Amino acid sequence: MRSARRASHLAMRMKGVLTLAIQNSPKSFSVQEMIAAKKQKKGPSSSIEKIVPFLLLLTAIVSVLTTLGIVFTLIVETFTFFGRIPLQEFLTAQKWYPFSETQGSYGILPLVSGTLKVTLIAAIVAVPIGLASAIFLSEYASDRTRRIIKPILEVLAGIPTIVYGFFALTFVTPILREIIPTLEIFNALSPGIVIGIMITPMIASLSEDSMSSVPNSMREGALALGSTKFEVSLKVVLPAAVSGVVASIVLAISRAIGETMIVAVAGGSTPNLNWDITSSIQTMTAYIVQVSQGDAGYGTTIYYSIYAVGFTLFVFTLIMNLLAQFIARRFREEY
Amino acid sequence: MTATIEKQKVLEKQGDNKSSKQPKDIVYKTSELNLWYGEIQALKNIDLDIYEKEVTAIIGPSGCGKSTYIKTLNRMIELVPGVKTSGEIAYRGRNIFDKSYGVEELRTKVGMVFQKPNPFPKSIYENVAYGPKIHGIRAKKILDEIVEKSLRGAAIWDEVKDRLNQNAYGLSGGQQQRLCIARCLAIEPDVILMDEPTSALDPISTLKVEELVQELKEEFSIIIVTHNMQQAARISDKTAFFLNGEVVEFAETDKIFSTPSDKRTEDYITGRFG
Repeated sequence: MRSARRASHLAMRMKGVLTLAIQNSPKSFSVQEMIAAKKQKKGPSSSIEKIVPFLLLLTAIVSVLTTLGIVFTLIVETFTFFGRIPLQEFLTAQKWYPFSETQGSYGILPLVSGTLKVTLIAAIVAVPIGLASAIFLSEYASDRTRRIIKPILEVLAGIPTIVYGFFALTFVTPILREIIPTLEIFNALSPGIVIGIMITPMIASLSEDSMSSVPNSMREGALALGSTKFEVSLKVVLPAAVSGVVASIVLAISRAIGETMIVAVAGGSTPNLNWDITSSIQTMTAYIVQVSQGDAGYGTTIYYSIYAVGFTLFVFTLIMNLLAQFIARRFREEY
Repeated sequence: MTATIEKQKVLEKQGDNKSSKQPKDIVYKTSELNLWYGEIQALKNIDLDIYEKEVTAIIGPSGCGKSTYIKTLNRMIELVPGVKTSGEIAYRGRNIFDKSYGVEELRTKVGMVFQKPNPFPKSIYENVAYGPKIHGIRAKKILDEIVEKSLRGAAIWDEVKDRLNQNAYGLSGGQQQRLCIARCLAIEPDVILMDEPTSALDPISTLKVEELVQELKEEFSIIIVTHNMQQAARISDKTAFFLNGEVVEFAETDKIFSTPSDKRTEDYITGRFG
């Protein structure tokens, strides 16, 4: 009774809005007809449907164009640089003395060695700690522990790098100098360790994601064969998640290669081609900072050199990404 | 007069038993087993004796506790948070709930095949070799032999012998399940638990797995949970009917399906519910 009254009330209220079809049969009305009526009235909704994909494409193009623009600028300015300094000298010369008036030497190797030293130390610190934390979080930690620890890790990843830089210079370096008395104030070891600390959460968090997405049925299968929890983690879960784990490590190492503030603050500005981690270094990024701070005028060889160095850096990260894709595909365990 | 005939009958019966088969040992003796998920009781006072080298089927409607029970037998149930148990399950005379009983030790003796095929995302070879490897068998020659023997045992060798190094996920569902059985055979367990092993398979694959179970019972004791009553009737020697966490009836399969002694069993197997 009541629902019938409500229906007729509703119909009466709609009458004003609705078209002829309903006026002809005042007792009942068809939803399909109402939809048709609405559609006739509302023209613009269909044109919105047509515009939206176009707008979305436009925004996607913005980022693609920006990337292309950056690469283009890099290449053009790099070519200008190689017009003045032969590529062979750039790749093989052992010294990087761009500021010397009389005997300027542009050999990229000392800067590359600085970057590699720091990156290697960072990887040695971050990969084991990051993976161990990922295994703990994904396989051993209770839900509660994970819910507490993971956000903290992610906060660690959000600390500005300049803070890490001063942490390296004013906290880590003095401690290291207690242990290794020959350590210089600016060195490769301290920023390397601190970059390692910085990228650890990245490896831990991303690896944990890919390890927790390994289906439980696989853990059960392994446990039912009498495996211990550790064997399950190491021999079943980790291999099954390897593509995600490798991707996280490579992403983190790319970040270490491109890291700027920490090495600029704590690494020094002495490009040297050696494997000594206790003395002052200069990385590719730190060199770009040094020049950008105003030591060189527009159009000088030094000015163009930062593009060449930037391009080298770009090649490095590109290689890392390709390597990651290759490794992930090669060792992928599909499930 | 009658007494002597009775006596003779008894004697004959004993003689029969002796000549046909020697008495089988009990593998699993469950006494007064109760199990709770938090506050909900899933198993109530279960008493079951499971004999070796037989196929014991566990049937019952969904939610009756049959999967819970089979997972308790190798303590996989402990992976579910909040599970509590009381009572005793003796495997070969030793209570599996004893603190001193290592769960890995138990699971090395008691293999399990799951509802959905769950091979590792590794090669076919590595899947089978996984068990022996974690238990310390490393020699390549021995592993090769184990892999072949297990795959033959699971009636899948001919289908996969030319692609042992390919990923197991390239196999069909039925092949994957037989691979999982091979993986289980590789550590030569004493008991094989099967938790609805054919529920995700097509009829032909199901048939193959059923035939396999018949062969395997020569060497292994098999406990199989199944949703499918015809399957239980086809392949098992004994059948236990579970309902609402209790064992309603446990007897020879022939008896359960021809002359069940409990009304509820009869209703279930004749399809009146469940």
